[in-house]
Amino acid sequence: MQKPTTPFSDTTPLGSIDDITAALETVGYISTRPISTALYLAHHLRKPVLIEGPAGVGKTDLAISAAKALQFALLRLQCYEGLDDGKALYEWKYGKQLLYTQILKDKIGHLVADADTLDQAMGKLRGFQDLFFSREFLEARPLLQAMEQHGGSVLLIDEVDKSDEAFEALLLEVLADYQVTVPEIGTIAADVPPLVILTSNNTRELGDALKRRCLHLHIGFPDAALENRVVRARVPGISDALLGQLVAFVQALRHENIRKPPSIAEAVDWARTLILMHASVLDEAMVRDTLNVLLKRQSDIIAVQDRLPDLVRAARDAPARTH
Amino acid sequence: MDRALASFIRALRSAGAEVSTGEAIDAARTVAIIGYADRAALKASLGLVLAKSVAEKVIHDQVFDRFFSKPSASEATADDDETLRISDDAEVSNDASDDPQFGTLLSMIADANGGRGDAVDRLTAVIAQAAAATGVDDIRFASQIPYYVRQTMERMGIQPMEARLRDLLLAPSAKTAQEAYDLAAARDALQRHVRALVDQRFELFGRPATETFLADVAVNRQLGRMSSSDLERMTAAVKRMARRLAVKHARRRRVATRGKLDLRRTLRANAGHDGVPFDLVFKYKRRDKPRIVAICDVSASVSAQAHFLLLFLYALRGAVTDLATFAFSNSLHDIGAPLDTLPFDDAMAFVLTEYGSGSTDYGQAFADLAERHWDLIDRRTTVLILGDGRSNDNDPRLDLFRDMSDRAKRVVWLCPEPPARWGTGDSCMHLYRTFATHVSHCTSAAEIELAIDDALQAYA
Repeated sequence: MQKPTTPFSDTTPLGSIDDITAALETVGYISTRPISTALYLAHHLRKPVLIEGPAGVGKTDLAISAAKALQFALLRLQCYEGLDDGKALYEWKYGKQLLYTQILKDKIGHLVADADTLDQAMGKLRGFQDLFFSREFLEARPLLQAMEQHGGSVLLIDEVDKSDEAFEALLLEVLADYQVTVPEIGTIAADVPPLVILTSNNTRELGDALKRRCLHLHIGFPDAALENRVVRARVPGISDALLGQLVAFVQALRHENIRKPPSIAEAVDWARTLILMHASVLDEAMVRDTLNVLLKRQSDIIAVQDRLPDLVRAARDAPARTH
Repeated sequence: MDRALASFIRALRSAGAEVSTGEAIDAARTVAIIGYADRAALKASLGLVLAKSVAEKVIHDQVFDRFFSKPSASEATADDDETLRISDDAEVSNDASDDPQFGTLLSMIADANGGRGDAVDRLTAVIAQAAAATGVDDIRFASQIPYYVRQTMERMGIQPMEARLRDLLLAPSAKTAQEAYDLAAARDALQRHVRALVDQRFELFGRPATETFLADVAVNRQLGRMSSSDLERMTAAVKRMARRLAVKHARRRRVATRGKLDLRRTLRANAGHDGVPFDLVFKYKRRDKPRIVAICDVSASVSAQAHFLLLFLYALRGAVTDLATFAFSNSLHDIGAPLDTLPFDDAMAFVLTEYGSGSTDYGQAFADLAERHWDLIDRRTTVLILGDGRSNDNDPRLDLFRDMSDRAKRVVWLCPEPPARWGTGDSCMHLYRTFATHVSHCTSAAEIELAIDDALQAYA
């Protein structure tokens, strides 16, 4: 088995797994080994990555950060129910076609004026019929745009679980060969295959065919050490003491019996909130006031009310124990 | 593809992860890129390529650790990575099997017993080679382990050594006592090493296969005759079946009826084009979400079936969001709350003790349903009834049943009794069946799956 050739020189961060981790870190994304491995393999195997996991753990952010770190163009396709090929692949610019026909009417009239019969006029027009179905009248949508990026691109297909399965089938075709066929023009193939990242929140089970074609990456809630680094990267101004307590509190909160546990996004928001409030350590009153940043369901907030004193105390003791 | 990887993928498949051929090819390409040297990277990479759900990732990680670990007979000390070299080192053993003397084998065992890491690896590699030649990966049952141990040892050339040992033991003398002792010790040591490897192979290939086989048997066994170990197996199997059903029915909520133009929406969509209809909008049919009302007789005669029907329905909550469950032996009770809040087994135990005693009265149950929950039943509802239809000569309230049948989309009756006994004694099945959309004789989990599949199909 020979290594697939890559269009990139070895100077790009895609050369090794560690380089990817380092490159992501420069743009503020703290990567884990599976995440970096996924990007590395996605590039070398030319396969899309399907990322699943709870909301707010950095699925979409990974694609954005990867584009930034690799200096690729980012093309984003947000999926929703009813998304079709006209919105995802390409569309003819009907309006423009219509307008041009109107403007060119006289010219065309002039052109066919000397034809004696209808057949002759048709013959003359036939030579021009592709005029209105050329690249100029083609409105490229994200999937086609990604194929046309010559410098490489990151194609983010966000929340693919929200789309219909007809769209999933369409994706299969595009992602298998990295090309789009427009009947009137021909096949447009990507000369540099885009790095494709699909995200899913698992609102429905994705089709097996799509899953089997992708690398499957699951990003779960981070452990304390990782969360520490992520919050530190995103909120540089936070003090060590507060950071340790905050992470310990959030980690403990995830083990409480709540419907929607806070994810990293909420932890980062909370860190910003606490800084705004000039907190240097966690105290119960402040946690109580700002809990709605972490927990987005009223029932969850009520459920942990009684546990707050214990949780805050445990969080304040936690960093002391680790040092 | 190299042998280690192919064998690893087989182990994954027998452990229940579905690995397609395409994914196996991807795995081979991955190994070509990543290599065997970095164990953590290899694990992460194969996890990305081969496991396509969280459940599969757990399986993958377990099998990976078990597969790429050294079968430890004597708590060997070397690094785990060393095992990966099995396929490279294996050639060394080619001449071991036709070694007329057993000197090589003996010295190899002695070296390994000396505790040197590389000697242990060498022995392990030779054993793995010999074991693979006996087809140890086809092992299915624990009772086959001694057979494969013996086969492997014979292939490694244990027989001349045993012949020598036998000779020594038959003619004992002070001179040869030490040699006999050494030979016996070496033989035991080898057996330990081989046994460890065969055990590992059994864990990888045999046990999952046995489990699958037993689960298949249990799924088709009569629900009333379950042993407790069957029950446990069944619970897992039912969850798998339910997941299959959920995936099958969760898709396609909308069907376009191509050819029927939605004129109103077409005009609106093309207002921008001056009313020239460039974009056509077709009418589509929206599918109803499945709405199921399950009514279970939980008196002693059918409680086992009720247990599995409810287990099924609750495992199906992904696909059936609109689910109401009732239990009765005479008066009807909503059991949604206990099933939602308690672990399933506790909830069932609670339901059976609370509502399972008392003489059966179907008429009373239907009367309660009509009185309190009639609004649940409309033209989108499928009513699933589980029971034997034996109503202790009470009024079966056929009038209510017919009424319900008129209101509901479908009424499906699952009866654990064979049709020949319907209508005998106090059974009212022959009366009810007239008004039920479908009556099926349901004794095993496989049949319950079919019945539910059928009920959900009505929404397709």
